Amino acid sequence: MTMTTVSTESATGVVVAGPGGPVGPATKTQIKPYTMNFGPQHPAAHGVLRLVMELNGEVVERCDPHIGLLHRGTEKLIEYKTYVQAVPYFDRLDYVSPMCMEHAYVLGIENLLQIKAPLRAQYIRVLFSEITRILNHILSITTGALDVGAITPALWGFEEREILMEFYERVSGARLHANYFRPGGVAWDLPAGLLDDIWAFTERFPKFMEDLDNLLTDNRIFKQRTVDIGVVTKEQAYDWAFTGPMLRGSGVAWDLRKSQPYEVYDRMDFDVPVGLTGDCWARYLVRMEEMRQSLRIIRQCCKEMPDGPYKIEDRKVSPPPRGEMKRSMEALIHHFKLFTEGFHVPAGETYTAIEAPKGEFGVYLVSDGTNKPYRCKIRAPGFAHLQGLDFMSKGYMLADAVANIASMDIVFGEIDR
Amino acid sequence: MSEQALKELGDAIAAKLGGDVLTVEVKLGELMVTVKRPAIVAVLTALRDEPAFRFEQLTDVTAVDFPERVERFEVIYQLLSYTHNRRMRVKLTTDEDTPVPSAVPAYSAANWFEREVWDLYGVFFDGHPDLRRILTDYGFEGHPFRKDFPLTGYVEARYDEDQKRVVYEPVRLTQDFRSFDFLSPWEGMTNVMLPGDEKAALQDGSKTP
Repeated sequence: MTMTTVSTESATGVVVAGPGGPVGPATKTQIKPYTMNFGPQHPAAHGVLRLVMELNGEVVERCDPHIGLLHRGTEKLIEYKTYVQAVPYFDRLDYVSPMCMEHAYVLGIENLLQIKAPLRAQYIRVLFSEITRILNHILSITTGALDVGAITPALWGFEEREILMEFYERVSGARLHANYFRPGGVAWDLPAGLLDDIWAFTERFPKFMEDLDNLLTDNRIFKQRTVDIGVVTKEQAYDWAFTGPMLRGSGVAWDLRKSQPYEVYDRMDFDVPVGLTGDCWARYLVRMEEMRQSLRIIRQCCKEMPDGPYKIEDRKVSPPPRGEMKRSMEALIHHFKLFTEGFHVPAGETYTAIEAPKGEFGVYLVSDGTNKPYRCKIRAPGFAHLQGLDFMSKGYMLADAVANIASMDIVFGEIDR
Repeated sequence: MSEQALKELGDAIAAKLGGDVLTVEVKLGELMVTVKRPAIVAVLTALRDEPAFRFEQLTDVTAVDFPERVERFEVIYQLLSYTHNRRMRVKLTTDEDTPVPSAVPAYSAANWFEREVWDLYGVFFDGHPDLRRILTDYGFEGHPFRKDFPLTGYVEARYDEDQKRVVYEPVRLTQDFRSFDFLSPWEGMTNVMLPGDEKAALQDGSKTP
């Protein structure tokens, strides 16, 4: 591993008997606790994480994450953009699950405007939120496995991700930064034939899940690296604001899609997996099961997808169709106003949270009645999780800290914002 | 969560915490309680431990800057109760010089959240175990999310080939920073009946198009 010793700390280290044992001469080794720099350029750091670790031998005594290397001031930039112009910033937060981030933001705006997206739009959003969840969990699990030594899952998983990103591309024109959700609906309707292809994917995907399962779940090496590593109790998970798989892995049956359902999640039939042991393996199992449950939701969405408008017909919020603009002066004016000034949002504030693949992703929007948000605070799940790395890694080996980072599903786009 | 239930919860909190609570509001289906600044730790601890409230988790701490107010910062705590499945928001106000008691004794998660608020807004938290900057660069000056901090910042970094290190220089913009003011003075006219508007109202029954 590419790590460098930064400084040597106090000389009062631990004394351990050397290989000579009691028979040989006094071969006592002095191990000094030392401070080590991990990252910011490190393949297991999942981005630009810099950890300053105090090690006693190979045992972690303290680890202090230095974050902010990817800080772009997204929240301040949003204050200078109209509500719709700010949507693409959300793709760039958690860049492995872009549409879920957009989802929280548009739901926040809709709450302030007191509008509701039409049913078809809600189904499309739920469908793509779940595709996003699979997209995210494939990356999380396979790169996590890569961090603990297994390279095959990553190679297989990225192939599946490519298929899912093709769905992204077909619906929004972009593989990653979709910019697809809009306040009051989605940007475009589903292209013809997409639902059939998604359905075909759901028929093929369980085979991949089975392969992944065979590769990892009972793999001896994988279990040695994850079982009983980074144990988080229920109380700790509450106290450190853990959400999502980090919380469910610790035995809390909590999922915002069930407990505070938004959009059409209350119509969906799915289960919430709960881990029993709170270790890295439990979190891995939770993510695996969540993919299967997402598949169920995707199938239900494909089956039940209603016809109708894909965005709200209110011309004060969503732009008129292009054809109408060519004929109607009214439509032209609306189009012009929406794409220059944008819509005005009544003064107020709201905190809207969704169950993103990584946990509770929330947007706290403060509006002063103008066309730009006065304040947009993004509550990123990874930020709270990374803060817990210190207590999770304390007393474990250095290599276990890597397993912990992997099981937290760290993505720096959302942590540094 | 119905508005009525939230109102009752708000009243229960006000009754329990007595003089520490300044206002209780329910808006857009969300409960918001404003409290006195020195009492925040006591309030959060009570909200966490009281069986009727049980807000086990501090979801987020953030601040909003209102430069025109005497106490310009609002510090906002988002709480979530797993037992009762409900959310609420606790709010207090402060200015640049007045420290806010740190919420770390009540919730460990407050540690980084408060570091972030300190970094970006310059709200000082009293009794915080480790109040360092978190998101901005090492050696950064100022608090970038304040409304009087320019979006472009003051300095920009580049690698200097001669000195073989990163140097900071005042920001040079090749194009002026553009900010369009769309708040037209005509906005106030949208709900006014101008002469002739009554004809449109008569035709389709609705008031204004």
